[in-house]
Amino acid sequence: MAMKLHRKKRLTAIIASVFAVSIVVGLVLYASNQKMNLFITPTEVQAGIAPLDRIFRIGGLVKDGSVKRSETSLRTDFIVTDGVADIKVTYDKIMPDLFREGQGVVAMGKMNDKGLFVASNILAKHDEEYKAPEVLDALERAGHPVKKTAQDSKGS
Amino acid sequence: MHAEFGNYLLVFALCISICLSVFPMWGAFANNRQLILSAKPLTVLLFTALFGSFICLVYAFYIDDFTIAYVAQNSNSMLPDRYKFSAVWGAHEGSFLLWTLIFSGWAIAVALFGKNLPAKSHVRVLSVLGMIGCGFVSFLLFTSNPFDRTLPFFPVDGGDLNPLLQDFGLIIHPPLLYMGYVGFAVSFAFAITALIEGEWTSNWARATRPWTIAAWSFLTLGVMLGSWWAYYELGWGGWWFWDPSENASFIPWLSGTALMHSLAVTDKRNSFKGWTLALSLSTFSLSLLGTFLIRSGVLTSVHAFASDPARGRFILIFLALVVGTALLLFLFRSSKVKTKADFSELSKDMFLLLNNILLVSATFFVLFGTLYPLLAEVIGKKMSVGAPYFNSIFPIPMILLFILLGVGPLLNWKKHDASTLKKPLIKIALISVVLGLLSSLIAGEFYLWVMVGLSLSLWVSISSFYNLNLMSRHKKTLSKKLSSLSGTQLGMTVAHIGVVVTLAGVVLTSFHSEEKDLRMAIGESKEIAGYNFSMKEVQDLTKDNYQATRVIFDVSRNGEFLLSLAPEKRFYLAKRQIMTEADIDAGFHRDLYIALGEALDNSGNVWSVRIYVKSFIRWIWGGAILMALGGFLAMMDKRYRKLKAENFAKISEDESKPIFSHPVEGD
Repeated sequence: MAMKLHRKKRLTAIIASVFAVSIVVGLVLYASNQKMNLFITPTEVQAGIAPLDRIFRIGGLVKDGSVKRSETSLRTDFIVTDGVADIKVTYDKIMPDLFREGQGVVAMGKMNDKGLFVASNILAKHDEEYKAPEVLDALERAGHPVKKTAQDSKGS
Repeated sequence: MHAEFGNYLLVFALCISICLSVFPMWGAFANNRQLILSAKPLTVLLFTALFGSFICLVYAFYIDDFTIAYVAQNSNSMLPDRYKFSAVWGAHEGSFLLWTLIFSGWAIAVALFGKNLPAKSHVRVLSVLGMIGCGFVSFLLFTSNPFDRTLPFFPVDGGDLNPLLQDFGLIIHPPLLYMGYVGFAVSFAFAITALIEGEWTSNWARATRPWTIAAWSFLTLGVMLGSWWAYYELGWGGWWFWDPSENASFIPWLSGTALMHSLAVTDKRNSFKGWTLALSLSTFSLSLLGTFLIRSGVLTSVHAFASDPARGRFILIFLALVVGTALLLFLFRSSKVKTKADFSELSKDMFLLLNNILLVSATFFVLFGTLYPLLAEVIGKKMSVGAPYFNSIFPIPMILLFILLGVGPLLNWKKHDASTLKKPLIKIALISVVLGLLSSLIAGEFYLWVMVGLSLSLWVSISSFYNLNLMSRHKKTLSKKLSSLSGTQLGMTVAHIGVVVTLAGVVLTSFHSEEKDLRMAIGESKEIAGYNFSMKEVQDLTKDNYQATRVIFDVSRNGEFLLSLAPEKRFYLAKRQIMTEADIDAGFHRDLYIALGEALDNSGNVWSVRIYVKSFIRWIWGGAILMALGGFLAMMDKRYRKLKAENFAKISEDESKPIFSHPVEGD
């Protein structure tokens, strides 16, 4: 009887842990499928690789002379380029401090049906010398090797 | 001169830590009294050397010694003195020196206050800490020496401290955070020693508990300060971004929380032994992993440190050594530590087991989301995992945890009679749901999440108070009731209430805050959440190391003037860097928050402005302070001081009859 009880308990424990682990794995797979954002370069967007129904990130440099601000609202339009392809981006919130022409930028958002990238978030870094790995990657993939300095970023 | 001296002290510290990792351990095996006795003086020397070295660096900052590269990069002659002091840990090298110093501080505390361990175990623990110290000090010396010179061409003035770090929060955030991170090294060293000796009794767990709780409490404060700092200094007004650097501290926090609870079971019931050991080992390993993620620059983060491949490689090798050794020891020795699992479905043991399963899953969720971009990069994809992933998955284990939290503390160990609890618990549940519904309706628009969050908060708080009353039911007056409670009981209650105060803050802030990005001109006013914000005037300021534009806003409610807020846009001269300085009126039930975007025309009278009315955001950090306070109360429990080396083995025999035990030789 005691043996049986012991076995039963062990079996329950094993079933419970298998159950728990499968729930955990299932949840992670579900969430990761839905919620992770692919990083896509402007060249790839132009080639039509970008998903139309999902949020993703693009990165590159803000093209010189492309920034246009609205007179009446916070809306800003600009072009993100990796040197090969240009993507039009619009954003209607406050721009980060380090946003300016010729600087690296990472934008998160969706393509609308007119081929305009509607950004929901513009990521900026604290340090002027810092270039986000994504920006470097986009430039490199487009054939502009960027020399990485030993000290890319500072801060805490 | 001071730079050389600081450097010598670091080299000396390395020698000492090598001695510390070898001699006492050897002595404990060879029964050599002299070697055993060397542990304490060696630990004191290690601390003294690192402290001296730290003072040298502080002095270098104080006298603006720009011949030292680290000082030149992170300070400036115009920097105010208090920031010269905090600039010592403003970047990688100095902050790692602080980290190592704090680590040796923990080691010296173990040397002085760990006397309740048997002598041999005590020195083995110190020896293990010495080994970890070897790793830390060599990392400093070989990859991140803060005393490297710029000679012969040193700069006339320094590059200045990153303006974001010129702030009170950043003076205290890193020390507290590091207290937590490296504090888990102590429970790690205890676990390794227990594995070496093949003995992990309830007394071991009892001896480990106060150290773990202390580290956890500091980590809680550290994480909280990080969140607070991000809120007011980054100018985004958020309190948590699921940024890799935040996750790096949150992962060990979650795992440490699981460890604290599992240690309680091992202490009181002499079970869950292998599990507790595994958690002790993994919590510190996760701390190191967090360090690796932040300091190697492998992850894109708002505050990544300088990325130098050599550093990443060093930490990775060190991490592999630590985890590998721990894992090997665990595999070969943990079978000696037998666990008897003997409890029914309704018992404190069972609920703590569930607590651990949920907390470990939560740790895994966060770890997975943080590491996923790295994994994806291996298969050639660039991915980012942001708030949507974490926000959709993290609440699941947390909701279950809060439901259990209302029941677990009320239960007896081993077995509880369901009939005694059914009635009061149903009552408490009903009251919480009704009050939760009412308060979520009062708060404004109805949100299901707010109601769930508030009901859970009430459920846990009411049940905690009910439990306090039960525990002290034999005393009549309130003061007698309070004094009859042990530190553990009181601490547990305070910490549990703290966590639901945070929960209430989180749901209320997330759903009831009003946030607006606006274009505003002088003389204009805007109404947000019942408050009227009107833009009055623009001022220009000149300070020692920055110039600023300040915009004055008057805030009124129902036509009545409340206060003025004056957010600034600063231009730091040395780094030519622009900074947003938000102005915040903090309150019990709401914060008023204004941050400036940028001037939108040449006259400087039109600005992009970010105005927030944040509901109950202070509760998030207030709850964390309660949690830490609870931790400190629990640490003070008399039980831990009663534990004496002489009766180390004996207590465990009387109280819980371990299956495995062998006599511990005193020295």
